[in-house]
Amino acid sequence: MKPTKIRGRIWVLTDPDGKMYDDVDTDMIFHNRHLHITEVAEMGQYALGNLQGWEDFARECQPGDIVIAGANFGAGSSRQQAVDCFRALGVGGLIAESYGAIYKRNAINSGFPILTLPHLSEIAGEFENGDELQVNFETGQLVLNDEKAYQAQPFSKVQADIYQSGNLFAYGKTLGG
Amino acid sequence: MPGQTIIEKIIQTHSDETVAPGRIVWMELDVRTARDFAGANVVQNFRTHYSNSPVADASKTFFTFDCVVPAKTIPYANNQHICRRWAREQGIKVYDVDAGIGSHVAIEEGLAYPGCTFVGTDSHLNILGAIGAFGQGMGDQDIAFGFKTGKTWFEVPPTMKVMIEGDLRPPCTARDLTLAVLRELGSSGALGRAVEFYGSAIEDLDLSGRITLASQITEMGGIIGFIPPSEEVLAFCRERAGRGMPGVYADPNAEYCEVVEVDITDLEPLIACPPNPANVKPVRELAGTRIDSVFLGSCTNGRFEDFAAVAEVVEGKRIAPWVMASVVPATRKVYARMLQEGVLQALFEAGFIISNPGCGGCASGQIGMTGQGQVQVSTSNRNFRGKQGAGDTYLASPLTAAWAALRGEITVPQ
Ligand code: SF4
Repeated sequence: MKPTKIRGRIWVLTDPDGKMYDDVDTDMIFHNRHLHITEVAEMGQYALGNLQGWEDFARECQPGDIVIAGANFGAGSSRQQAVDCFRALGVGGLIAESYGAIYKRNAINSGFPILTLPHLSEIAGEFENGDELQVNFETGQLVLNDEKAYQAQPFSKVQADIYQSGNLFAYGKTLGG
Repeated sequence: MPGQTIIEKIIQTHSDETVAPGRIVWMELDVRTARDFAGANVVQNFRTHYSNSPVADASKTFFTFDCVVPAKTIPYANNQHICRRWAREQGIKVYDVDAGIGSHVAIEEGLAYPGCTFVGTDSHLNILGAIGAFGQGMGDQDIAFGFKTGKTWFEVPPTMKVMIEGDLRPPCTARDLTLAVLRELGSSGALGRAVEFYGSAIEDLDLSGRITLASQITEMGGIIGFIPPSEEVLAFCRERAGRGMPGVYADPNAEYCEVVEVDITDLEPLIACPPNPANVKPVRELAGTRIDSVFLGSCTNGRFEDFAAVAEVVEGKRIAPWVMASVVPATRKVYARMLQEGVLQALFEAGFIISNPGCGGCASGQIGMTGQGQVQVSTSNRNFRGKQGAGDTYLASPLTAAWAALRGEITVPQ
């Protein structure tokens, strides 16, 4: 069993004015000039490399860190690298107000934990870089700095199935046939 | 307990889980397909992850080649042949480069039927909403998984209802109705949603008109648009599929996230100006704009009825001498009927270039692209910059396109 609860340091994706970024598209997450890369291990260094103010993210991020993002995260193209670059860095999970539809499919298919926290923008000020967050995938409960609790949408059955197997293809093998 | 919308009902009959908007559920796929675009990637994914093992059910798995048919470059030819060879090993049927647009072949051959679930690598597969079926385009990993397991996961979208007020009267066609809906909803008015269409004008649409409307939901940002099947559509599908099936209809107490009314009482012919399919204006406002070319076809207006309407306008006449006009039937069956009923002859004599069935001008410029400054009237579904060449593409009904070809300028059909 893979862990269904994680605890990690957070990164809150804000713009230079301190406002939560919405509509971060896949070119900001993983720029198209790196699209030729197929080795997941090499993708981490470019994560968020094209998002203003986040160019150093890949160097500063530690395995287990958690990324907090605004609405429509991962809008745009269908590139899988925009998910895989976070996996390469060992990012523990991603919490956003909402996702681009294809980004969400790609993240779930590759077993990368993402949760949706509706209305995140209204409480974004309560999260700060470096805070500690506990995340329970099964219940959707988030606890900030051991104090404040929030309710995100828990994993769906589909998401849990694929996450536990590793990815979509590995899950397919558990079905037999 | 609220009732269910069409998409909720279809998914519910293909899933063990409780279906409700926003829930992600596993669902059974009645049919899974790949086309020549992305088909070779599906094969590669399958081989990498499942090596030489068989697909879940070869009788429910198909290839449909329609984008570049026959292949015009070696890479396209290679990719198609990778699919053919693998299909032979697996016992999968290929609707090859002669067959036509996959989504239309699916309806004509009875592979798709009301209430079924059908996926493939074509983003316009949601066209199957025209017969009340669930169709969806997906990426090559998702489709490889579908080939192997016969299932997929899906996030149940909320459903919105679009009520059409008024009846459709000539010279307005299903395409003008579709453009009226696009004008009302814009390019993101159906974002992330399923749509259901109601109203007497909708009930009166024939299958080709239903296909036209359903084919443009993608351009409104929607997941799929359902047109509840009429008796006539059901009869057609039963005959093609060789079995009985009820239509799937929404419960009277189904819940909709929004209800939009579109009034077509005073509708006049419409046209979408470049570079966006939702940039809709009355044809009247553009009348007199000189044009260089016309394209008739695509999954939006590639049916027999569309070409017959054009033939009626141009029969016995010649198109303007400076206009290049091309015709691409959606499928081989459409082509055959055009041949039998004299439509091809009429179009040929009027000066049209006639191509074999497929996506034609829409994908990869199989029937020619537009050059810088070239003005084209097209019955296809997208006019984004560069999509059909470097020129400016206006999207309109077959009738409006026919008159434009004849006069050499944008003309309100009479
Ligand atoms: S005609 Fe164009 S939009 Fe339709 S399936 Fe073919 S490529 Fe796609």
